[in-house]
Amino acid sequence: MTAVPIAGQDDLLRVEDLKVHFPIRKGIFFDRTVGHVQAVDGVSLTVPRGATYGLVGESGCGKSTLGRAILRLEEPTSGRVLFDGTDVAALKGEPLRQMRQRMQMVFQDPLGSLDPRQNVESLLSEPLRAHGLAGGKAGIAEKIRGLLDAVGLPSAALRRYPHEFSGGQRQRIGIARAVALEPDLLIADEPVSALDVSVQAQVLNLLEELQERLGLTYLIIAHDLAVVRHISDVVGVMYLGSLVEQAPADDLYEQPLHPYTRALMSAVPVPDPEIEEQRERILLAGDLPSPADPPSGCRFHTRCPWRQETRCDDEVPVLRELGPGRLVSCHWAEEIRDGALRPRSPEEVLHAGAASRPGSGAHPRDDDPTPFLGRDEPLPRQEQG
Amino acid sequence: MPAPEPAPNRPGRLVGADSEQATSSATSAAELQAGQFGNAAATTEPSPEPAQRRRRRKAGVLFYSCLAWLVLVVVVAITAPWLPIPGPDAIDIPNRQAPPFTAGHLLGTDGLGRDIASRLAYGARVSLIISIAAVVTGIVVGGTLGMVVGYFRGRIETVVMAAVDVILAFPALVLLLALVAFVGQSLTAITAVIAFVSIPFYARVARATTLAVSQREYVLAAGLLGARTRRILFREIMPNVILPVAAFGLIALGVVIVLEGSLAFLGLSVQAPAATWGSMIAEGRRYLDSDAHIALIPSVVMFLTVLSLNFVGDVLRSRFDVREANL
Repeated sequence: MTAVPIAGQDDLLRVEDLKVHFPIRKGIFFDRTVGHVQAVDGVSLTVPRGATYGLVGESGCGKSTLGRAILRLEEPTSGRVLFDGTDVAALKGEPLRQMRQRMQMVFQDPLGSLDPRQNVESLLSEPLRAHGLAGGKAGIAEKIRGLLDAVGLPSAALRRYPHEFSGGQRQRIGIARAVALEPDLLIADEPVSALDVSVQAQVLNLLEELQERLGLTYLIIAHDLAVVRHISDVVGVMYLGSLVEQAPADDLYEQPLHPYTRALMSAVPVPDPEIEEQRERILLAGDLPSPADPPSGCRFHTRCPWRQETRCDDEVPVLRELGPGRLVSCHWAEEIRDGALRPRSPEEVLHAGAASRPGSGAHPRDDDPTPFLGRDEPLPRQEQG
Repeated sequence: MPAPEPAPNRPGRLVGADSEQATSSATSAAELQAGQFGNAAATTEPSPEPAQRRRRRKAGVLFYSCLAWLVLVVVVAITAPWLPIPGPDAIDIPNRQAPPFTAGHLLGTDGLGRDIASRLAYGARVSLIISIAAVVTGIVVGGTLGMVVGYFRGRIETVVMAAVDVILAFPALVLLLALVAFVGQSLTAITAVIAFVSIPFYARVARATTLAVSQREYVLAAGLLGARTRRILFREIMPNVILPVAAFGLIALGVVIVLEGSLAFLGLSVQAPAATWGSMIAEGRRYLDSDAHIALIPSVVMFLTVLSLNFVGDVLRSRFDVREANL
């Protein structure tokens, strides 16, 4: 858990330039594809065996879609998903079914992901029977008892139905079902965000315990930075469908390099009133741009407090290595890290786009409509060739 | 029909070892209730019951009268040959167009002197056979079709739904007339034709429900866990699709009875002299001026039956819905 895994050592999961685009269709008589929502647009990442990779980002940045695409719950548009050397994105039918035995998912909503019409026994035995594991009725019964024990549920739970449990217990059932097949990789999509804070810790500890006992590899998707820090070895930060920064968990939290990560970190409140009062917060201008029509160049440039006149608007930054295990996609990462560049306030960022227009000064009047320039049109109204 | 269930958790599911638990929880619930009432009596006047409970009881009277009527119709239809009534085709010329409560003819006779009560009983057989058979066929064929195309989507869905829309676009009665003229007027033929015409409705309901259900996370999870397609369809999706479709089927029973009546009225249902409710109304039409009861009695019977079916269907559907929400 503590040792920082070195990339390329023994990668269980390797995602290469994965893209998931959803077509936007329009038209009454004929389906015209008028554009694509680029939910995931060229993400590459590797997860070493036995490690925990945390994926963070705000709502709608494509992190859940990425997780689902890895498991082929969404069809990838292009790119490769190498799981233990096999390209999952190209599998179908029986080989895919077999492969999924080794990669499982824990869902966000534990009630929604458990069939309300099956009791726990039937829920847990389903994967075993489907893959013909554990052999026979007695074997399955024993295996299920072991699973319940592993996630800390009494065997009396077997005859109960999902709605009879509390949220934390349901998530335990979900986890028990996911590990029933003894997978190598477990993708957890917001595993604790539907739970009470008091229960979150229990479930996270359970996940860590299971990882140690079963040698699992985790890909944890979450928006809660504290959760991710607690459980992850490596953290990837997503913004608008692409990875903007990746670093060992502690390094990332100590010194975030990408402007977006900095803004994200500064949004976490510090539980100390004095520090909280004094610390500098980076406010972002505007909203998340539409993934159907992402900004040119660096996708973050419309909201970036460090945006420069050159490169940012027209040159797409690549993910480059800045230190050991530290990947960042920003043209100015070094300058920002060394403090050579000064961040601007959200108002300045918004006006930077309007500055070239005649008559718009640095100080807006009260009725000035320009503060809303950074906002997006609603998605369906986007027109694109 | 079971009596209203007092047990708090789903009694239908409790089998074997669980029954112990069920009884204990039922008793505890009863104790709880007794305690409540005891308290209320001890302190002040009996407190008013919760509004929900009262409403349910009010609806109960209507519900049970409708149910009783349906039971009566079914029992009469089944036992018709053994009831102390004249045969449906026995002609009693002296007592032609007799009013109700004539000696030997409880509901009077029609223009040929045939006993109306008897003809109603035998007509109920035709109505019930046609409606039940047509609805069951519709549910099985249409429901399966809708579920399969709703799950697999793609090209099959486009083709099947286009066909369904085409059938729906035809005026049902005209299509029925054409089909009946083509395949003949036997009981089987008419049942098959009505079932065919109703398949699109079930297919649509089943498809719509399937579309929603197949996106639920537990269906995705089942696929992820390695369940094969057949298992996902029948284990995960069908239980959720069958309830709305069956509820729709109950309402459709009434529609089919009316449809059969319309066919009979046009002289295209089961061949005369076999009695059906629709043909009785059609024949009574001639005597509307002098002896309105000949057409009126079968009309009222049909009206009550369809009304009861709709009402019972509605109540059952809402009960299922509540159970859905509890799950």
